[in-house]
Amino acid sequence: MRILRKHHRVLIQGITGKQGTFWTERMQQYGTQVVGGVNPKKAGTLHCNVPVYATAVEAMQAGNGFESSIMFIPPLAVKDAAVDAIEAGAKNICILTEHIPVQDVMYVMAMAAERGTMITGPNTAGSVTVGECFQGFMPAFNERIFKRGRIGVMSRSGSLGTLMCQNIVSAGFGQSAFIGIGGDPIIGTTTRDALEALDQFENTDAVVLVGEIGGAMEEDAAEYAASMVKPLFAFIAGGAAPAGKKMGHAGAIVMGDKGTYASKKKALESAGVHVLDTPSQVGDDLRQTLG
Amino acid sequence: MNFEEYAAKPILAAAGIAVPVSQLARTLDEAANAAAAIGSVVIKAQVPTGKRGKAGGIQLADTPDQARRHAETIIGMEIGGHVVEKVLVEAKSDIAYEYYAAILNDPASKGPMLMFSTEGGMDIEEIAAATPEKLRTLAIDIRRGLTLDQATPLIDGLDLNGANDAVAAVLLKLYDAYRTNDAELLEINPLIQTTAGEIVALDCKFVMDDSAIKRQAELVAHGTPDRLTPLEQKGEDNVIKYIELDGNVAVLANGAGLTMTTMDVIRHHGGAPANFCEIGGEAYTKGKVALEMVLEKPGVKSLVVNFCGAFARCDVMMDGLLNAWEELQPDLPVFFSIAGTGDQEAIRMLRDRLQMQPYANMDAASKAAVEAANGGTGA
Repeated sequence: MRILRKHHRVLIQGITGKQGTFWTERMQQYGTQVVGGVNPKKAGTLHCNVPVYATAVEAMQAGNGFESSIMFIPPLAVKDAAVDAIEAGAKNICILTEHIPVQDVMYVMAMAAERGTMITGPNTAGSVTVGECFQGFMPAFNERIFKRGRIGVMSRSGSLGTLMCQNIVSAGFGQSAFIGIGGDPIIGTTTRDALEALDQFENTDAVVLVGEIGGAMEEDAAEYAASMVKPLFAFIAGGAAPAGKKMGHAGAIVMGDKGTYASKKKALESAGVHVLDTPSQVGDDLRQTLG
Repeated sequence: MNFEEYAAKPILAAAGIAVPVSQLARTLDEAANAAAAIGSVVIKAQVPTGKRGKAGGIQLADTPDQARRHAETIIGMEIGGHVVEKVLVEAKSDIAYEYYAAILNDPASKGPMLMFSTEGGMDIEEIAAATPEKLRTLAIDIRRGLTLDQATPLIDGLDLNGANDAVAAVLLKLYDAYRTNDAELLEINPLIQTTAGEIVALDCKFVMDDSAIKRQAELVAHGTPDRLTPLEQKGEDNVIKYIELDGNVAVLANGAGLTMTTMDVIRHHGGAPANFCEIGGEAYTKGKVALEMVLEKPGVKSLVVNFCGAFARCDVMMDGLLNAWEELQPDLPVFFSIAGTGDQEAIRMLRDRLQMQPYANMDAASKAAVEAANGGTGA
């Protein structure tokens, strides 16, 4: 995966909707370089001071191009929008939408893998490159939550990731980057991918992983965690959740002995990762390690 | 969404896979009549769970009378916490061999995964553990689908008693059914070869992707909805994710991860969460219904409200919640933790309208709520 930078030119698919407009304005204010939007019904107009195109392909040809696309698109329309962005040649796509049919997601993943397009999400709140730019609906501009610093954070959950970031700031630290990977069972950027990106990211001294029950992403990432250069701290949500129930996220479900809190904690601890009991502990633990 | 055998097999049949003749019966008369029409039959309990055979929920009957007696035993039986209300009366098959075939959504390859084994009749976990050499798997590119060029080599070298071509053809049809019906799991276990050499689906497990419900409206009518408590049903009716739990500390939070974590932190401080109730995502303006549900749960002693605004704005959620609070005026100690988008406005509202302050973090709020639930003041 690639962390979004301020030199990346960004296209917003679904820019004219209520959420698309609200968050595009905030992204622009924060520093994200939005170069255009897509809405076939409003092609040729200006919205949020950028041109609106009929398709991503047209946006790539008409303007000066873009590297990243961010989607504010309803679930059943995501597949076509993503295919459009990949065909246009987008290098990175951030899919915020929840409840996309999984077979549509798999279609997009297969095409993206073949064309070398990196997908973040679906069902992510986005990412923040602190002090530089952000994508999605993250409260990047709230200084009690995001402050430039040297901790890299990744999370399956937007709300819990936000809370972790707030705890980091209130403990006197700040973040270099936050990566929301999304709460769906099948996602583009995995826990492992995000750890790798943060381990290699400049100005980052330690990494915080915010995982949750369900699937095997934390277990898979544990293998990589053992080889990380930077210290890694983890919190896994859902220890108190009953088995067999989807806990709000489609991916957050314990099936039999698979995807349990215990399995994830064990895998991470075996790899030398410090697993927090509650998110509030993150400050003390960072202080102990980083001083 | 789960589909029981009687609702799952028709999707296989529609894709051209042979299934035994059957009739669904809810009464003893219906079971006896079905047996009279079909002949030698198997009476199979219809419940959304496995291990029906081990529980005694599958019985052979050669006569309508036997069918009636077995139906009498099986209907009303409890299997895996489900009371049997109906049975499938199905023509008995002459089984020569039992195989296993399934297609599922695979998070590792991020695409459909086909699985096949010559050792059917057991759970796939048992098959994988006992005879891994007989289990074949294939990651499918969903853009291209499954072709004969892939299915044939996949099962090449397996002892299929001369039925390789017929089995390969079934795998292609299984894939069609998986795609057409937005399955997240479609499993035939066992897939049998009859003594006459025919390949027949003797059982079928079908789980549909919940995110596809909107485009599969016709199919959804045949599925088995999750068993919900009345409160959980109220949540579903209002598009709020609510899960009822055993404890006495109620939880109201936004976002799945934050809501789960609030439960974890309550437990960490020695308390027991009463519910999971998430008002993030599309439901973030539904503070009132959410509060009503949280309060309706009997035995609740305190409430943690944990907002961390990202997409969901704290002030919008707080406004909805305070409106509900002023209307319902509940006599319940409540403990707030507030951060994120709209937090300052939300904190101001809380001060102006409830004369309260939020706690410094969710640990402090949860700890106080646990103390209040256990009889302390919580202050």
